[in-house]
Amino acid sequence: MIWVDTILQGILLGGLYALFAAGLSLVFGIMRLVNLAHGDLIVMGAYLILLLVTLLGLSPFLAALIAMPVMFLLGWALQKFLLNRTLGDDILPPLLVTFGLSIALQNALLETFSADSQRLPTDALTTASLQMGPISLGVMPLLTFASAVAVILGLNQLFYRTELGRAFRATSDDPVTAGLMGIKPANIFATATGIALVIVTIAALYLGLRANFDPNIGPARLIYAFEAVIIGGLGSLWGTLAGGIIIGVAQTLGAAINPEWQILSGHIAFLLVLLVRPRGLFPRAHD
Amino acid sequence: MAYSVSTQTPASRIAAIAGAVLILVLIALPFIAGRSTIRDMFFILTMLVLAQFWNLLAGYGGLVSIGQQAFVGAGAYALFGTVILWGVDPVPAILFCGIAALVIAVPTAFFAFRLNGAYFAIGTWVIAEVVRLLVSQWKTLGGGTGTSLPRDATGDMWFVGAIETALGVRTAAARDILAYWLALALALATIGGIYWLLRTRRGLALAAVRDNVEAAKSVGVDAGRMKWIVFLTSAFGTGLAGGLIYLQKARISPDAAFSVTDWTAYVIFIVVIGGIGTIEGPIVGVLVFFALQSLLADFGSWYLMTLGVLAIIIMLVAPRGLWGLLSARTGLHLFPIRRRLSGGTTEQRETP
Repeated sequence: MIWVDTILQGILLGGLYALFAAGLSLVFGIMRLVNLAHGDLIVMGAYLILLLVTLLGLSPFLAALIAMPVMFLLGWALQKFLLNRTLGDDILPPLLVTFGLSIALQNALLETFSADSQRLPTDALTTASLQMGPISLGVMPLLTFASAVAVILGLNQLFYRTELGRAFRATSDDPVTAGLMGIKPANIFATATGIALVIVTIAALYLGLRANFDPNIGPARLIYAFEAVIIGGLGSLWGTLAGGIIIGVAQTLGAAINPEWQILSGHIAFLLVLLVRPRGLFPRAHD
Repeated sequence: MAYSVSTQTPASRIAAIAGAVLILVLIALPFIAGRSTIRDMFFILTMLVLAQFWNLLAGYGGLVSIGQQAFVGAGAYALFGTVILWGVDPVPAILFCGIAALVIAVPTAFFAFRLNGAYFAIGTWVIAEVVRLLVSQWKTLGGGTGTSLPRDATGDMWFVGAIETALGVRTAAARDILAYWLALALALATIGGIYWLLRTRRGLALAAVRDNVEAAKSVGVDAGRMKWIVFLTSAFGTGLAGGLIYLQKARISPDAAFSVTDWTAYVIFIVVIGGIGTIEGPIVGVLVFFALQSLLADFGSWYLMTLGVLAIIIMLVAPRGLWGLLSARTGLHLFPIRRRLSGGTTEQRETP
């Protein structure tokens, strides 16, 4: 029974990793850009929520709601004024600029908020758990997983049911032709990064509610997100959720055997998938 | 004789003479400079080696790796392993460091070459993390907390006694001088080796792959093989540098030896600031890096923030770095690899 419990916890943890990964997956799908600062942006989102909570005395959920438009604008501006300039045939500029951004952001957070680890305040609801026969599931992990499913459902609706989604898909396929049809790829890219940062805010909320965070944990979140995206297959959002679940289950199983193996077994699961299915489990995009 | 093809320029001939003088000065440095200068120079030279190999990977091979710390750490742990477990003298043990890095590099390449571009970058990072986590489990070498080189091993090292008597210094200073001379030898061999590689047929193939993979393949260049050659070469050199750095530090822990900031972020900033895709770039970059570090070291995280922002600005404004700016203005090449046709009756023209 303890194994069933471990696997269930792993699946729910996978929801958090899918939330980390969804923004990365979205941005890559539309403009083939890998943002190496993604993990640090999640941590920055968590600090923004913490700031709103402590300054205005709001509940973390309400604070995240206020943080979302702020993060959207930030993402929009980041893409419009910085990252759009790096897009092109050469892969070096986007990689090196986002890497520089990651280091700069990490140290800016360190300078502003110190290296002390922080946590968003939790209340009775967030620490409660549901008893299901012999297994007890935390309300918080369940909520995280439900949010991940909701985010992916929402993104799929956005992609396939709205005008903006059509513009996203058109720009992803061929920015020049999309431009001829009256779409401005630069603005589409900016909107996409803005949406990615809204998802980052949701991820940041659960990151801060479930565990301690400090300015240095960004890169590890980027790695988990990246692993989930690659396992799922580039361009498939449901695949990203599956990837997150695989990493989550591998980590909790590893931790159940030996606590030191938690992170390692997640990485090894990723390498095994890469060995057997180099293009991921549900590949869609061709690059 | 009507035509000749050469890569030399007047500037490169002057640079070669100046370089020879500089090398003599650097060799003689321990006779004239104090211990802190020798330590600073050791730092500059080892960072230069790491930067040259990362530049070979990213600038010439198009392989942007964020996992170089895997090879630094592998080399460093190979040094401690061979010295502590097998009782090998630390100086010859440095060779094992390169070999250990190669051993790690083969499976790394096998996995990472399945990923393209940016995903290759993060893939190498994941593998470096895996190596770090595995090494943390290695209890005989201190596990997660690390270990030190035994005092008698470092005291009786080859050449240390000779340096003590020849220069009249204490053991600790003699060890620093030995490490400095080894670093100087490694840096010169690295620059010389990379320059030689780039001027051979392989170097031409490498430049062709960098400029256009499809065109290079169409004239018979095996692009996949070039990637392997570049990746393994740079892993070997990075491993040697890692071993040497930790020979001087004499104390190791997994978090320090596999630090992404120290062994990859700094190195990337050095190359980007100096100028990617040139041999001169990392040399300029490491000097700027050292100057910035001396100026801003007291400001802690502000220093890293400045480096990050500087790298972003350089990448946007001058993607070829400081050396690229200078080279474009003056046409100066200290390590020319471009082949020029001269002589005969035709006008002297530069091939683009």
